Amino acid sequence: MSGSLGRAAAALLRWGRGAGGGVLRDPGVRSAGSGGGGGGGGSAERLDAMVKKDKVVVFLKGTPEQPQCGFSNAVVQILRLHGVSDYAAYNVLDDPQLRQGIKDYSNWPTIPQVFLNGEFVGGCDILLQMHQNGDLVEELKKLGIRSALLDEKQDQDSK
Amino acid sequence: MLSGQLIRRLFPMAGRVCLSRSSAGPGAVGPVEAVIRTKLEQALNPEVLELRNESGGHAVPPGSETHFRVAVVSSRFEGLSPLQRHRLVHAALAEELAGPVHALAIQARTPAQWRENPQLDVSPPCLGGSKKTRGIP
Repeated sequence: MSGSLGRAAAALLRWGRGAGGGVLRDPGVRSAGSGGGGGGGGSAERLDAMVKKDKVVVFLKGTPEQPQCGFSNAVVQILRLHGVSDYAAYNVLDDPQLRQGIKDYSNWPTIPQVFLNGEFVGGCDILLQMHQNGDLVEELKKLGIRSALLDEKQDQDSK
Repeated sequence: MLSGQLIRRLFPMAGRVCLSRSSAGPGAVGPVEAVIRTKLEQALNPEVLELRNESGGHAVPPGSETHFRVAVVSSRFEGLSPLQRHRLVHAALAEELAGPVHALAIQARTPAQWRENPQLDVSPPCLGGSKKTRGIP
């Protein structure tokens, strides 16, 4: 396990090199923006639909391609490490109502926010903790998503 | 401990940050920092409380008290999930979080967990925040 975590650490170091140039594109990531759906920008009904529409939903400052916050970037990089390429990402900087609405909806005062299977999981600190202690691999497995880190470990074991 | 090594590799600034420095001035503790400390002490009766004003690393004016990192070690966290622990910290600091505090990185550990890895982590570098969209360098 230490080998894959070592590679994970090396990959995560990229987030120290600034947005844009240092962040790789993920095919399949939907930057869903803030458009679509009924109700106001931050209404509970709309947010409820948003967090339940996809298995993995994140609210960020910026986009997965160009995060505008180190903590939001951490979430993007962790998901990338696990090979989660199909998730909904909403940029709260595009929509002040969304930015406040999601804080009210989850009763959580900061961005980023991570939802798995419609359930609020936490912010960057909690996701990082889950990544480090193996919980994220398990939670993704429950959603039918196989973490890329498992495949790395398998490659390691078979050598 | 592996997670400690991982954190140091993820955050290249880790060795260069002084725990006690705040952007309120050399050696000075600002009013917001003081209130945060007091409220957390009252609410959680922590064994260890390490608090760092990280505002200096973000796109805010010098002397700001907007971005903090806190490690709280309390037996009150026993049996609570990370989410529940963080919510306790948020509840204690509700006024500050609705007010000047813009970001709060939390390490919420039981005494046993802290002994395994007794260090305040370092936050990832700022990527400009909303100021990027306004074209401010």
